[in-house]
Amino acid sequence: MNDRFPIDLKVNGQRYQVDVPVYRTLLDFLRDDLGLTGTKECCVVGECGACTVIVDGRTVNSCLMLAVEADGGEVLTVEGLAAGGRPGPLQRAFLEHGSAQCGFCIPGQLMSAHGLLLENPHPAAAEVHEALAGNLCRCAGYEQITEAVLAAAEEVGG
Amino acid sequence: MQAFAYARPESIPEALALLAEHGSGAHLLAGGTDLVIALRNGSLRPTVVIDLKRVTGLSPAIRREDGHLCLGATTVMRDVERDAEVLRHFPALAEAASWVGSVQIRNRATVVGNICNASPAADTAPPLLVYGAVVLAVGPDGERRIPINDFFVRSRQTTLPAGSLVTGIELPLPAGRMGSAYTRLTRRRGTDLASVTMCAGVDGAGVTRLAYGSVGPRPVLVCDESGVLADPAAPDEVKAPILEEMLAGASPSPRSMRAGPEYRLAMLRVLGRRALQTAIDRLAKGMA
Repeated sequence: MNDRFPIDLKVNGQRYQVDVPVYRTLLDFLRDDLGLTGTKECCVVGECGACTVIVDGRTVNSCLMLAVEADGGEVLTVEGLAAGGRPGPLQRAFLEHGSAQCGFCIPGQLMSAHGLLLENPHPAAAEVHEALAGNLCRCAGYEQITEAVLAAAEEVGG
Repeated sequence: MQAFAYARPESIPEALALLAEHGSGAHLLAGGTDLVIALRNGSLRPTVVIDLKRVTGLSPAIRREDGHLCLGATTVMRDVERDAEVLRHFPALAEAASWVGSVQIRNRATVVGNICNASPAADTAPPLLVYGAVVLAVGPDGERRIPINDFFVRSRQTTLPAGSLVTGIELPLPAGRMGSAYTRLTRRRGTDLASVTMCAGVDGAGVTRLAYGSVGPRPVLVCDESGVLADPAAPDEVKAPILEEMLAGASPSPRSMRAGPEYRLAMLRVLGRRALQTAIDRLAKGMA
């Protein structure tokens, strides 16, 4: 036992084999070690959802997870939603519906929405509200966010 | 964040050896949704964090065994709320799990972690009490079965012996017909804790069990065997004094910021009547 631990994981499809301090959160690892600053730090107690990422297909608050816990896993961050430098369908829908106001919560909203659509390609509005209940938007753009998720579901799910 | 050592045992004996070696300096990690906050703000200062998620025998799977359903030490809330067997036999537990935090929290938070932290507001505690769950533990003296009503002491304190860990929770499948329901009072769905929790269970023999929390140092289980509460035809004025006596175990703290004691006590009665009625309706419809 020591205070560094070797981990082997994939982030947005790219493999990393690194030693991380065991007290580093997944959030700090993504932002500070990998430079993936799309994932936001905000409340750091699991209430606001700004740091939401997807680990092995499930949305998590990356502020409440140690980087070592992601060892062997696959992490998807908001950077991974764009293909070839172009916004993905969910991101385009957010832009088209004016869902991003100040924009700070949006990476987390996108990841929760993406997690929902992975499990449920045709959600009802109530299911969108439930899936995104852990993502606070202080600009209160909830209506536009819900509209964007439903529109993206229609576009992608057919 | 403060420094600590991290251990990832692969077997239960290895985990127990780490607990024995580090004593009170050791802290177990399952979902981490409470622990990582405490590590960051310094309210807990363990020398070693023992991650249980790779331990053989502490799997996240929900298992159907002879006469009971068994939740694992690392079973997460999200899996409990959607499990077909839980929904069929223990719907109030599925409801309680679905009330916890947000989807992100429920994807990590475990039921066993919920009861081991022993928060008076723990959502899964009331249904586990109503369903007569048994906590399975292992320690230096071997295996132990602790009825859940003997498990809670107060916030962050349980009767789990030092150096032990919980390996699962056993839920006995109801022998006969049963109706049950969970509800809670909360300010906002998605992030807040419960101000009052309430679970009701009514069986075909007329026995009513109520379990409630967030109104005292630990969740409370009470039982009415008179058959009056379970009787859909019994008038309210006959039920009211029985319900009143059953809810007398509430002693909410005046210091909590979520709700004042008067409001909690008033809402406890409302939730009690509501959960009881839902349980009676479900029993009549043949839903657990």
